[in-house]
Amino acid sequence: MNIVTDNKWIGQRTIRPDGVDKVTGRAAFAADTNMPGMIWGKVLRSPHPHARIKGIDTSKAEALPGVKAVVTARDIVDFPLDKSVMLGIQDMRWMCRNVMAREKALFPGHPVAAVAATTEAIAAQACELIEVDYEVLPWSIEIDDALKSDAPILHDFMKFEGKPSNIAGRLEVKKGDIAAGFEAAEIVIERSFTTRPVHQGYIEPHACLISVAADNKTTIWSSSQGQFMVRAMTAYLTGIAQSDIRAIPAEIGGGFGGKTIVYLEPLATLLAKKSGRPVKMVMTREEVMRATGPTSGSKSTVKIGAKKDGTIVAAHGIYYLQAGAFPGSPIRGAVGCSFAPYDIPHVLSEGFDVCSNRSKVAAYRAPGAPIGAYAVECVLDELAEALKMDPLELRLKNAAKEGTKAAHGPVYPRIGYIETLEAAKASPHYKAPLGKLQGRGVASGFWFNAGGESSAQVNITEDGNVVVTTGHPDIGGSRAGIANICAELLGIDYRRVSVLIGDTATIGFSNLTGGSRVLFASSIVATQSVEKVIQTLRERAAKIWEIDPEAVKWDQGAAHPVSPNAGQFPPLTLAELAEKAPSMGGPIGAGVQLNTQGADGGFGTHIADVEVDVDLGIVRVIRYTAIQDVGRAIHPAYVEGQLQGGVSQGIGWALNEEYIYNKQGKVDNPGFLDYRMPVCSDLPMIDCIMVEVPNPKHPQGVKGVGEVPLIPVMSAISNAIYNALGKRFYSLPMSPPKVLEVIDAPETRQAAE
Amino acid sequence: MTELRYLAPNSLDEAIKAFAAAGSAGRILAGGTDLLVQMRAGVVKPGLIVDIKKIAEMMQIEQTADGGFRVGAAVSGMALHDHVSFGKVWPGVLEAVNLIGSKQVQGRASAGGNLCNGSPAGDSVPAMVAAGAVVTVQGPEGRREMPVEQVPAGPGRTNFKPGEILVSFTLPPRPKGSSDAYLRMIPRTEMDIAVVGLGVSLTLKDGVCTAARVGLGAVAPTVLLVEAAAKALIGSKLDEAALNAAAAACSAACRPIDDKRGTIIYRTKVAGVLLKRTTAIAAQRAKGN
Amino acid sequence: MAKVHVTTTINGEPSEFLCEPNDTMLDALRGPLGLTGSKEGCASGDCGACSITVDDNLVCSCLMLAVESEGHELRTIEGMARGDRLHPLQQKFLEMAALQCGICTSGMLVASDALLKRNQNPSEEEVRFWLAGNLCRCTGYDKIVRAVMETAADMRATN
Repeated sequence: MNIVTDNKWIGQRTIRPDGVDKVTGRAAFAADTNMPGMIWGKVLRSPHPHARIKGIDTSKAEALPGVKAVVTARDIVDFPLDKSVMLGIQDMRWMCRNVMAREKALFPGHPVAAVAATTEAIAAQACELIEVDYEVLPWSIEIDDALKSDAPILHDFMKFEGKPSNIAGRLEVKKGDIAAGFEAAEIVIERSFTTRPVHQGYIEPHACLISVAADNKTTIWSSSQGQFMVRAMTAYLTGIAQSDIRAIPAEIGGGFGGKTIVYLEPLATLLAKKSGRPVKMVMTREEVMRATGPTSGSKSTVKIGAKKDGTIVAAHGIYYLQAGAFPGSPIRGAVGCSFAPYDIPHVLSEGFDVCSNRSKVAAYRAPGAPIGAYAVECVLDELAEALKMDPLELRLKNAAKEGTKAAHGPVYPRIGYIETLEAAKASPHYKAPLGKLQGRGVASGFWFNAGGESSAQVNITEDGNVVVTTGHPDIGGSRAGIANICAELLGIDYRRVSVLIGDTATIGFSNLTGGSRVLFASSIVATQSVEKVIQTLRERAAKIWEIDPEAVKWDQGAAHPVSPNAGQFPPLTLAELAEKAPSMGGPIGAGVQLNTQGADGGFGTHIADVEVDVDLGIVRVIRYTAIQDVGRAIHPAYVEGQLQGGVSQGIGWALNEEYIYNKQGKVDNPGFLDYRMPVCSDLPMIDCIMVEVPNPKHPQGVKGVGEVPLIPVMSAISNAIYNALGKRFYSLPMSPPKVLEVIDAPETRQAAE
Repeated sequence: MTELRYLAPNSLDEAIKAFAAAGSAGRILAGGTDLLVQMRAGVVKPGLIVDIKKIAEMMQIEQTADGGFRVGAAVSGMALHDHVSFGKVWPGVLEAVNLIGSKQVQGRASAGGNLCNGSPAGDSVPAMVAAGAVVTVQGPEGRREMPVEQVPAGPGRTNFKPGEILVSFTLPPRPKGSSDAYLRMIPRTEMDIAVVGLGVSLTLKDGVCTAARVGLGAVAPTVLLVEAAAKALIGSKLDEAALNAAAAACSAACRPIDDKRGTIIYRTKVAGVLLKRTTAIAAQRAKGN
Repeated sequence: MAKVHVTTTINGEPSEFLCEPNDTMLDALRGPLGLTGSKEGCASGDCGACSITVDDNLVCSCLMLAVESEGHELRTIEGMARGDRLHPLQQKFLEMAALQCGICTSGMLVASDALLKRNQNPSEEEVRFWLAGNLCRCTGYDKIVRAVMETAADMRATN
């Protein structure tokens, strides 16, 4: 381990190495590139929420001049329903049916065919000529409807407790005995909550450009959170060997989890293979909203029991999450994270995965955890009020710390949760006065974080600078963090370090970008690679000086004798050693590939102030502070950026974002006009307090930061609205008509006046 | 695929000739911020697009002989904003036009396009109605005028005759002590379609309201001129009782729908709330005149 | 459909291209003109990622027909830097980390530049309302707003 404490670059707000391209419009996103001979692909999508596909006739489309290839489910590799084949957390049985409907169309927007043609217009026209024989079936979208005894069943093989069901699975996490726990409680609060599906909202639609040569050698250029995932999924779904596929990650215009699976790549690959031409496919915004995966809508019930002194003795959470068309809602996050900030002796946390006729869920920033935390943190607020305790004090009294056994399994090492609570208490925000119809709320949250596979290659250029190749798409500024770390370790100016993201052919396997793991994992392998490079540099200097390598130290960008006794030699700089490299054994570089371990969970506590227009029901967030244990802020500005971005997504989720369905079961707001994400004028400045409790298992003390910031937001705002109005909300979003309805209920008027 | 022709004539006569000849396949292009969205969504497939931005009269803002204003139908919100005096005389109309979409949209979108698009929620329309604007229209049968509140016929439709093109808005001269205001309710702070939009134009003399007009949008198939609300204000000192009566008149005038932007109950209540707020702003401004 | 030949000026240079009558200016920029700095986020004027200026007016290029550009002066993100000299806004965005994924950045910069040309002393509220048509999902806008205001302060100090 190599914890550097006297830092020149770590902790500095350096300029990111990929920044200039991004501010000049040069950075190449997936839709920006063309290939000679390129043609365009379009997808034909089911108009029905639920329908058996009895036949597809593509003959008229194939006959249209300009059409070069047509693909249907027949062309996608089949994964039989009786055998689960996992790729990461994705089951290929669902993926092969999600990228193209097989037996049934299961949501409006479900792909049923794809066409490639010489222009987009011709491809679109060809789609309209494809005749699909649908047997329309009844459908259900909301959890309640999907659970009714007479609900249309999406998957015939799915049974729950012996009966055909839309419940795909149940997960539980348990500690102690909640029956005994609640018995001993002196106060018990039980509440139910609902949330709507919300979309990750990345501004860049999915896009890819794929070329398949006659020998199956395939090049994929796509917007994704994992080029290795793209390669593997495409291989599984098309039958082309992984080693024949080169997946190149384009710059990605936002993902937040939504681009950790493929939608277009297998289709474009098959179209490219059949046509012999490179195929480009770009989703429209409408396709993104209809046919990619927002997160789950949910129904939760949380019951918490405590003693009068505020000690929480028992907690029970039941979370129903929508999976969409195929199993796989993030119940793990809801179940595992919702009580995790607290030391509670008796816990039962249960999650139910419910299928219904909407698009298959995709990961969204700490998947499942925001849903669970929303419920738990709101109940804790009611508990604090009932006990006449400050809500931060209640949390402090029950805070998890080193040695606490979490219900989801681990015993916590040194964690920084209490520090976030104390920083919140001590913050100027928490003490600031509030005006009329203004209120303040707090909430906390936890996310597992992750390590996982990562590869890095560090090469010294002939002119003595550094090129670092890493394996994970950069969605938050991780290249900047890596540059800081490598510069620090080598003792050189950070501008001499170039950081690139390799593709599947040029860098070793690296797990996808998500789980708040990129900087954590890539910095471990980059650090070890740099350490190997430094070892080589010391050996080269030792050879020149004819001393033992142990007598050489590396400091401030050069080799030095470790002490005057070792010899009186002027330092040998990186540039000098690089110049001499050919005659001294060859190029200087090293690569490391690991399944990194030691990731610690993340904890955050937020303070939100709102102001309510009680005549219109409009809630505005007027002040916000996000406090988080970030381990070590390698590049503080990009760490702040993660906090600010997560908070703004949470504000949207809390106040205005929701999927609205019409009477035909179709999404009624598939665009940015009526899917209302926060705009610049909606938000205040978002202040960040970064608490640093370094992760001792990481060379620079890094902890993942990206996902925690979304988790506490909705509850913090709900609690703030209560503080302003004296009225609780139990469903999201807290949009103006809903707020006004609650305000106009007689009791509230008195509280506000 | 439809053959699409694009024409950018220099004269109104040329535009009318081509537009009339195209019949239902013709569309007028001013800012294009509605038309292009509709074309992209496939709800509109024009055969002919007549771009009117090269016609001088469409793009001008001028003061009329009697001190009123004539605003060309294709004048963008940004151009209206940059005019040296328009916003001082008609701050409500200006702010209404400049609430349409984003700054980017305001760089192109026009009050004319907003009116002719026929959305019940178009922001500029309630303010124009409150202002008592008169539109000048010209078609194959010649030029005519009509009060702006008679233009909308229903969602997406106007009362223009085939081949007629909106030419300009004429706003009357302002008596001393007059001003206007426009407010809308949207869930965010920008970028939403109005859930309710309300324009008030009034004249105060010695604290008494001597004239008023109220335009109410997004609560019926067309923008409404709420005469009952105006009546409640006229002759009053804009006291609580008068404002409540006018607010109630606005709520009573509502015939809204439940949709993804708002519910019937919500819109009906908000109409009353906005009346009071908008009147207060207009009155404040009027006192300064 | 027969293609239309359009002559216009982009970033100070005479430009010409062929397009369909119903192509938007964004289609033309990203297609025949090879200027992919302007991005398509929604194609309906709701996200601002395609922002350009036309005769110094800030517009969404997805809401303009390509043929309408005939005879006008267009400026895109590609015209902001002068050779290897970044525009002060571009430099400030980098220094203040006012971008993460970068997909909204082109539009944000063009829109911010348009604001500062009209108003060298915008308040925070003015900046926020001016940029309301530029959606960002990564940053929460905080650092973007700060970068614009600091650039404005720098520009005022130099002038």
